[in-house]
Amino acid sequence: MSAPLLEVEDLGKRFGGFVALEGIGLAVAPGERVGLIGPNGSGKSTLVNCLCGTLRNETGTVKFEGIELDGYSAHQRTRLGMARSFQLPRPFFSMNLADNLRIPLLYAVGARSGVHLTAAEIDARCTELLGLVGLSAKARRWPRDLTQVEMRKLELARAMAAEPKLLIADEAMAGLSHSEIDDILALLVRLNERGVTIVLIEHIMRAVMHFSQRLIVLVSGRKIADGAPQEVMQDPEVVRAYVGE
Amino acid sequence: MRFWIFLLVALALGAGVFFGARYLHNDYLFFAGYVVLEYLVLATAWNILGGYCGYVNFGTAAFFALGAYTSVAIHKFSPMPIPVLILLGGIVSGIVGLGMGYLTLRLRGAFFSIATLALAVVVQTLITNWDYVGGSRGAYVVRPATVPLVGSYIQYLFLVMLVLAILAVFAARMIERSWLGYGFASIRDDELAAEASGVPTLRLKLMATTLSGAFMGMAGAPLPYYVGYLDPASGFNLAYAVNSIAMPLVGGTTTWIGPVIGALLLGTVQQVATVTISSAVNLLIVGVVLVGFVMIAPNGIIGLIEARLRARSDR
Repeated sequence: MSAPLLEVEDLGKRFGGFVALEGIGLAVAPGERVGLIGPNGSGKSTLVNCLCGTLRNETGTVKFEGIELDGYSAHQRTRLGMARSFQLPRPFFSMNLADNLRIPLLYAVGARSGVHLTAAEIDARCTELLGLVGLSAKARRWPRDLTQVEMRKLELARAMAAEPKLLIADEAMAGLSHSEIDDILALLVRLNERGVTIVLIEHIMRAVMHFSQRLIVLVSGRKIADGAPQEVMQDPEVVRAYVGE
Repeated sequence: MRFWIFLLVALALGAGVFFGARYLHNDYLFFAGYVVLEYLVLATAWNILGGYCGYVNFGTAAFFALGAYTSVAIHKFSPMPIPVLILLGGIVSGIVGLGMGYLTLRLRGAFFSIATLALAVVVQTLITNWDYVGGSRGAYVVRPATVPLVGSYIQYLFLVMLVLAILAVFAARMIERSWLGYGFASIRDDELAAEASGVPTLRLKLMATTLSGAFMGMAGAPLPYYVGYLDPASGFNLAYAVNSIAMPLVGGTTTWIGPVIGALLLGTVQQVATVTISSAVNLLIVGVVLVGFVMIAPNGIIGLIEARLRARSDR
């Protein structure tokens, strides 16, 4: 395995007396497609929040491209190249779709050293990204005019506008129909083919198995499995966590 | 380029208002116009933090009074021209705005608003107990009767406030259409998503509190020269806090033009009511109008117009 893009060691997080995460260790290589699964309350979203700087982990370290992220705020991590999409889409409702993408282009890409984007370049990138997710025709529409699947696509496009090296997609397919899930899956694969490393947090097993090259399983805040999807799904502890004794 | 055209048009409009009022030979127009313009600056300043960023500030009176009392303090030490006092009032209130930002911006929603209200109470208590600026007794500021080139002093004060109003609106418009405006709007819409998009939310909020506070202080700096006597009851008057919130809400908070419309509308109605009914009825008018707008047009006049236009384009 090449030098990891993301490296997590002994990560722990508590909420009062409740242990949300304990001793989490994982590594993600550049270009990899990793699935992160676990039952409700297993700590997946807490882990995402700790990785992205929304929550502070009490123990352990998170390294991105070898840089230790302790003390880095969420926006600094985005600027380093780590973007996320939210479980429930959180578009900027007062802005049209193009302007939604303008924010990361102005603040994440534009803030990187040596990068200066002109207004025309920003417009071009907004158009390109909206085209990539199939929302070109709605560039001047508002998020409230979108369907659920379009909202998810906007969420992914906005994360992509930050031009990340690592995209953490938190339940990007929740609540979608069969064909809509295929749409999002195809989109994620396309993004990966553009060189973006993707960590997919998902409950829909068909999607996770189709997408992931490697699977990590969390249960009760602990990592219980990490490996090839087919092997992980036959792991007795994973089977027990999902279907019981 | 468009910004400079806007500024030139605004200055031309301002010049038209000033010379039009002079042509009518009625000094009351300048007295009343000064108050309307003062509210226009306050509403625009409030909107930078409250409208653009979505952080409701109940402490307008504190920033406004700080500007006014900075003028009193400097006047007692060594009188200076009003434009200099405006600048100094803006600096003092801007610094207090920055300090308030550091202390309160980890608070959100109602908690932030309550903290700004507490700031107003603290500042008022300090000023009331500061003898140098008159304490609870207040302080007199003797102003000259005339100013060279302009004429009567009230006309000069009106002119100063007119220029300040144009600058405040120009700044608000420039902010709204810049990277800063996009950042502020993203904070207003969803702070978590903004941070995840690379927006340094804390830094931007500090910029907003500083700018907003500075303009409020600037609006207050000429007040002692307008009233001639300043005491805490007039400097920290409830009307400043209420109007600075009500005017953007009536006009619309998401654009620079909203506070302008709200201030011109409510400010003018209040001035007319003052001479035709009583000044005591002013806050009642604001209350009634605000309730009406919350029910009929919660996004203000601009929101109402936008909704109509959108409905027409969807048809």
